[in-house]
Amino acid sequence: MSRNLFDKQSGAGANPLGMAVLSPALWLALLFVQLEKRPQPSKAMAYATPVLAVVLTMIFGGVLFAVLGKDPLQAITTIFWEPIFGEFAFFYRPQLLIKGAPLVLIAIGLALGFKAGIWNIGAEGQYIVGAICGAGAGLAFYPAESVLIFPLMVLAGALGGWAWAMIPGLLKVKFGTNEILVSLMLVYVAEQLLASMSLGLLKNPEGFGFPGSRNLQQYPSAHNAEIITGTGMHWGVVAALIAVIFAYVLLTRHSLGFAIRVTGEAPRAAKFGGVNPGRLVLFCLGISGLLAGLAGMFEVSGPSGQISIDFNVGYGFTAIIVAFLGRLNPLGIVAAGLLMALTYIGGDIAQSQLGLPAAAIQVFQGMLLFFLLALDVLTNYRVRFGKGETA
Amino acid sequence: MKFTTLLASAAMVLGLGGAALADGHEKTKVGFVYVGPIGDGGWTYEHDKGRLAVEAEFGDKVETVYVENVAEGPDSERVMTQMALDGADLIFTTSFGYMDPTNNVAAKFPDVKFEHATGYKRLHPNVSTYSARFYEGRAIQGHIAGKMTKSNIIGYIGSFPIPEVIRGINSAYIHAAKVNPDVEFKIIWVYTWFDPAKEADAAKVLIEQGADVVLQHTDSTAPQAAAQEAGGVVTFGQASDMGQYAPFPRVSSIIDDWAPYYIARTRAVMDGTWEQKDTWDGIGAGMVGIGEITDAVPADVKEEALALKAALADGSYHAFTGPLNKQDGSPFLAEGETADDGTLAGMNFYVEGIEGEIPQ
Amino acid sequence: MDLSAINPILLVAAMIAAATPILLAAIGELVVERAGVLNLGVEGMMITGAVCGFIITVNTGSPTVGFIAAAIGGAVLSLLFAFLTQVALANQVASGLALTLFGLGLSALMGQSYVGIKPPRTESTPLGSLADIPVIGPIVFGHDLIVYLGLAIVAATWATLKFTRAGLVLRAVGENHDAAHALGYKVKRIRTLAIMFGGACAGLGGAYISLIRVPQWTEGMTAGVGWIALALVVFASWKPWRVLLGAYLFGGITQLQLNLQGAGVAIPVEYLAMSPYIVTIIVLVILSADKSRAPGSLGRTFHASG
Repeated sequence: MSRNLFDKQSGAGANPLGMAVLSPALWLALLFVQLEKRPQPSKAMAYATPVLAVVLTMIFGGVLFAVLGKDPLQAITTIFWEPIFGEFAFFYRPQLLIKGAPLVLIAIGLALGFKAGIWNIGAEGQYIVGAICGAGAGLAFYPAESVLIFPLMVLAGALGGWAWAMIPGLLKVKFGTNEILVSLMLVYVAEQLLASMSLGLLKNPEGFGFPGSRNLQQYPSAHNAEIITGTGMHWGVVAALIAVIFAYVLLTRHSLGFAIRVTGEAPRAAKFGGVNPGRLVLFCLGISGLLAGLAGMFEVSGPSGQISIDFNVGYGFTAIIVAFLGRLNPLGIVAAGLLMALTYIGGDIAQSQLGLPAAAIQVFQGMLLFFLLALDVLTNYRVRFGKGETA
Repeated sequence: MKFTTLLASAAMVLGLGGAALADGHEKTKVGFVYVGPIGDGGWTYEHDKGRLAVEAEFGDKVETVYVENVAEGPDSERVMTQMALDGADLIFTTSFGYMDPTNNVAAKFPDVKFEHATGYKRLHPNVSTYSARFYEGRAIQGHIAGKMTKSNIIGYIGSFPIPEVIRGINSAYIHAAKVNPDVEFKIIWVYTWFDPAKEADAAKVLIEQGADVVLQHTDSTAPQAAAQEAGGVVTFGQASDMGQYAPFPRVSSIIDDWAPYYIARTRAVMDGTWEQKDTWDGIGAGMVGIGEITDAVPADVKEEALALKAALADGSYHAFTGPLNKQDGSPFLAEGETADDGTLAGMNFYVEGIEGEIPQ
Repeated sequence: MDLSAINPILLVAAMIAAATPILLAAIGELVVERAGVLNLGVEGMMITGAVCGFIITVNTGSPTVGFIAAAIGGAVLSLLFAFLTQVALANQVASGLALTLFGLGLSALMGQSYVGIKPPRTESTPLGSLADIPVIGPIVFGHDLIVYLGLAIVAATWATLKFTRAGLVLRAVGENHDAAHALGYKVKRIRTLAIMFGGACAGLGGAYISLIRVPQWTEGMTAGVGWIALALVVFASWKPWRVLLGAYLFGGITQLQLNLQGAGVAIPVEYLAMSPYIVTIIVLVILSADKSRAPGSLGRTFHASG
């Protein structure tokens, strides 16, 4: 390989070594830093830390890229600047919406549950089942054209995702089964179901035996087309915006939102306060499954176009990160979703223009997440230098 | 259509037409879109070797770019568009799932040439498709397997039941059964493109159930290692040569060799002679390489295998030649008849003699 | 269909080997969770262990050194997680996911020049002739050292948690970190050590895949085993021996479905491939009747003055 970045003798040994030095060094901070809780979360820090995190990522990422033999400045500008302000921004800006919408849509639903301490980590499975149901509902009518088909598909997608999430929900309420495990297991089941559908029931009869369904982009009644051409604005983006507003209102204005927050912070108090925990579990899992299902449905009928073995690309898992990066706050999730989308798009540009390996982009994204998560502490705590943990 | 206009004008500004190339001042830019990491040691790894061969062949006259781990669907469409915007003259898209995205992007960039691997859609004059007749290599494997098995049980690890894999199973079975009518195929579908641990398990199960030859349509060396551990089990390299397991258990291999095709097509773009076509090349054109047959194979068998290879290469023999029946006993090919490419491309049935059903 | 082709003795032996990576990763994560920390980065630590073990084994020629390196690699990576969650008090779920992303990328970078290399062979039967005893031989004595190491770690974890003071302290920290702190235990130090133990075990599990089970290096080769290990801990209701049971159950069903396919049983394959996950869910529902619950402080951030 021409672009072997570490040759066997020198680099590969030095690399884990570098890691070995770096991470204990960070960790040593434990001994010298003391945290003091702020009486009130700092507003200034809440805005400053994400910016600081991005700056730190640029510095450390730059070092990484330099080690890999690339111009760090060029790499950083390619990732962050090129998609938004570069020569072809007219193309990349809409792509941000296409890539960000499913992340935001799923993350909004997850955040409601996470706030209440209900852990749906199987959104990937609900996304797949939503897509299968949505596409299936549309393809059942092929080639008939009707304005009713698309709404029906939306309904089917939402129901599919909801139903898939109801499995861990009902098991938790009825038997006390752990929802983390069941929802995660159901991701693998959904993946097998997807393979089976691509090879069997939904296989394109005119596809010469190849796996994968008909392309819904070529079936006008079922196509989730751009609402205004060239903007990237499809119905999934609209749905994500509606979900954000819905979640915002729910959390700030509605008693259910209050119940969610109280349950997350003090479950016993919530119980005494009249919150029915079973119903809350079903609501949170149901709504997150529904939104994930919708995301899958809008993706399969629009940008992706068809059910195939590899239809799912991990949005359901990435959305968990997005939810936390957005501090479980609807507006924060929008920002986090767009930031993640930016690093994906900019990362692909950097790969092709600078020859950076995909793995370097992954490490870079990991760094960004680390810094965002680590610096958040400054919002709620003041840092004092001194002796570490006193026991 | 504001968007299309923008793309078109951007393409014009960059001089994506052939004019800039003809005078030889500008490098020809070739893009590659990969579905896996180039470190997968299999499918994508071999395509990337083809890319490096293009660089080696044309040196300064060519610039290659690639993006790895590109998901099928909107991500691939974005990456292809990005390459076209960045001035690529020729783009190879190397996964079946890129079929519709490739055609979508090709519609927007009529001056950029697109080459889609393993697909069948060429909706625009600037889209070609190419694929390899790996089943020719399977025929040779089948022959060697049929001769070398003592238990008469041959194990086969399949990824997903798609025509490409089924065709390989049929081809291997036909030629194994031809030299050894008692041979029985045990087929395990792992339902994943990539999970080395699962491939290892599947190989071990096949060996435990009596298989002393294991064929694989998955790309890891896990089955080779399992065979070595068990001892006395024959395997074949897949996608890459897997020569590290030669001379035994790996006695030969099927190698994906995209280099000749990539070089030829890049040259065609440079010369301005590129034309749409549907390429399905096999051993003859060098797209399917047969790795060295080791001395673990008896000399006479090796000779027969090489003769079979030569006959497949010069076209005097077709791997699917009648008389052949389908699994249910219905006639498939009459005496001397050969299968047409359409039937082969969409093959979704076993030939007579293979037991079990294709999962649907 | 020919069920007689399935050899139950070999099936059990294969199950034990197949379960080992999951077992190692899961027992490590169990200790982490008993200390009250939820680390979802198991997959990232496993793949890092897989590549570290592979690189060192290829360069030194010694699988033993390789496995040690794998454990160190996993533990070092886990320190990043420890820093985030124990020092910077970041959310554990998000930190764990970020760790997986980071680990997958880092391992791919480190392993770039190791694709297509065959590692030195790890000796498989240290117990030699005992493996020739019928029935019991292949099942009990026919394995490599790491299989026994995995079992030993399970036993040691069980004994430590149940009988020793260290185990008591660890559980106290996991059940109620505020009370443990009030009693004078260094909550963060204990949790950091637990996280490192989890990282080391995950690293060993990863190296078992890249050095013994497959053996080769390819990007992303752990292919989701880390997630199964996470699920197993919950499945086992945080009890060491049940982790062993769960790992064998999962490994056994996976092996069985491959065996059934090989024997030509006419069940649709995709449903067979689903079966390990569905059976896990069903068993979990049955076990839910047992009221053992998660450590009290699991997933919650601890800060002394907060």
